Amino acid sequence: MDHSVEPMVVARGVDKYFGTLKALDRVSLDVAQGEVVCIIGPSGSGKSTFLRCINQLEVIEAGAIHVAGELVGYRRVGDALHELSDVEIARQRLSSGMVFQRFNLFTHMTALQNVMEGPVTVQRRPRAEVRDEALALLERVGLAAKRDAYPLEMSGGQQQRVAIARALAMKPRLMLFDEPTSALDPELVGEVLTVMRDLAASGMTMIVVTHELGFAREVANRVVFMDHGGVVEVGPPKEILSSPQHPRTRDFIAAVLN
Amino acid sequence: MSAILDPTVSAIAREATSESGLRIVRRRNIGRWVAAALLLAALAWLVRAFALGDIEWRVVGEFFTARAIMTGLVNTIIMTACAMALGITLGVVFAVMYMSPNPVLRLTALFYIWFFRGTPLILQLLIWFNLALVFPTMGIPGLFEVRTVDVITPFMATLLGLGMNQGAYTAEVVRSGILSVDVGQTEAAKSIGMTRLTTLRRIVLPQAMRVIIPPVGNEFISMVKLTSIASVIQYSEILRNAQTIYYANARVIELLIVAAAWYLAVVTLLQIGQYFLEKHFSKGRGDRTQKRQPAGRTPAPAEGAASRTEA
Ligand SMILES: Nc1ncnc2c1ncn2[C@@H]1O[C@H](COP(=O)(O)OP(=O)(O)OP(=O)(O)O)[C@@H](O)[C@H]1O
Ligand SMILES: [Mg+2]
Repeated sequence: MDHSVEPMVVARGVDKYFGTLKALDRVSLDVAQGEVVCIIGPSGSGKSTFLRCINQLEVIEAGAIHVAGELVGYRRVGDALHELSDVEIARQRLSSGMVFQRFNLFTHMTALQNVMEGPVTVQRRPRAEVRDEALALLERVGLAAKRDAYPLEMSGGQQQRVAIARALAMKPRLMLFDEPTSALDPELVGEVLTVMRDLAASGMTMIVVTHELGFAREVANRVVFMDHGGVVEVGPPKEILSSPQHPRTRDFIAAVLN
Repeated sequence: MSAILDPTVSAIAREATSESGLRIVRRRNIGRWVAAALLLAALAWLVRAFALGDIEWRVVGEFFTARAIMTGLVNTIIMTACAMALGITLGVVFAVMYMSPNPVLRLTALFYIWFFRGTPLILQLLIWFNLALVFPTMGIPGLFEVRTVDVITPFMATLLGLGMNQGAYTAEVVRSGILSVDVGQTEAAKSIGMTRLTTLRRIVLPQAMRVIIPPVGNEFISMVKLTSIASVIQYSEILRNAQTIYYANARVIELLIVAAAWYLAVVTLLQIGQYFLEKHFSKGRGDRTQKRQPAGRTPAPAEGAASRTEA
């Protein structure tokens, strides 16, 4: 069976409510394998919520999401969708890695322990082998020297790079980034974007929520503009960022650039 | 433009430049010396009072390691350890049940905490001890059955009473510890494929320990002393054995001093243990009590996790 032509992510008509607030309104999006998609949009437009639905940190109310060929959160039996168990959901999450705005490194573990935790505890792989891989990953994000540092002893940029290494250690097929640089001081943004750029160049499928339009223009294959919980406009970065069709996109980009 | 002012034109800049090389003299803290002197005087007075009072110190020495006192000490230590082990286990289990999405587990935990916190401990001990009145035998009828009085010895009744009561309190402590951990930690754990229980075991509980240990340490120490109420159901811990002796020889104060000294000894050991546990579980939290370094004023080389060298 040839999966290479199948998209990595397929979202169809996704609705998400928080109480009476409709945070996602019939969101549909396909992401091809190896594609880098940047999601932009004003605050509260549902970007984070959409990302969190993809790896099931939120449960959707309507629609369907497929990740790496699997229906997320349910098993289809005839005409019915059966909710998956905690263990099955945990297994599904293995196909995606997530990087958070606030890093969320495990504070009681060193950089190296953070990176090794998933492969050792979740995948039950041999410690020695995992350790070598983890050291190589820390090297790759430029932090081999920080392997024994605890998160509180590192700068934001360093923490975020460790967080990327931690996600990569699980060998995900898809990486989700939720504003990975917006909690960083301006001079630390570059080091994190460099790591992400290299990752994109290595062929990783990536969905990146970001306010870094320069990064989107340079790295993204497509840019998605979201507003009020819906996808307003999708297209190549040049079109969306330089000549947006929709007035709301135009207003947003003008506001960000000023 | 230069980053600093030219010392030749600014008086303050001149002053700061000359100050940056000076020797540091620590604060005097006269209050501390006064307090220490007062305390020493009070202590001297107390020692004198006890030395001159009607206390046979010879008797204290004689009974300090008496066989009955030693048995009592061992029983107290065993009971404290077992009851706390049971209490902490139940505490963690019921705290997790209380926070579970499953309403049946939640209600069970709620009921447990409500019942065991809501009734006096001594009453619970008496209920366990007198369980045979309600259930003369226990077990699965036909398979195996035992007489309740054979199972519920004073030891078992005390263990169940103290342990289950402790569990109800510890559950609340553990719950507040779990709540103190940032939800971002749980989300990160989920994102690398951890199940709810693995997340709890590997990520949440180790971090919650920082909040849990001080109150549990406190309760551990309370428990050492609480074992003494088990004397009402004939469990022979230190205090009860000391009493048995002074009923016979009428050396009341001397034996109470012996018991007090042993309680203090055990509690002291526990406090030392607590100190090291707290240190262990504050890993990665940094050292908040840094002082300006005196000699040469260059910070000492990084000491493992405790120092933060990055600017
Ligand atoms: N846990 C929650 N409970 C209630 N409302 C929520 C919750 N999470 C998000 N929302 C609401 O859902 C809407 C979408 O939020 P979301 O975080 O997805 O926006 P966003 O596009 O990521 O914004 P930002 O750029 O500020 O991060 C917002 O109105 C927000 O207030
Ligand atoms: Mg967001």
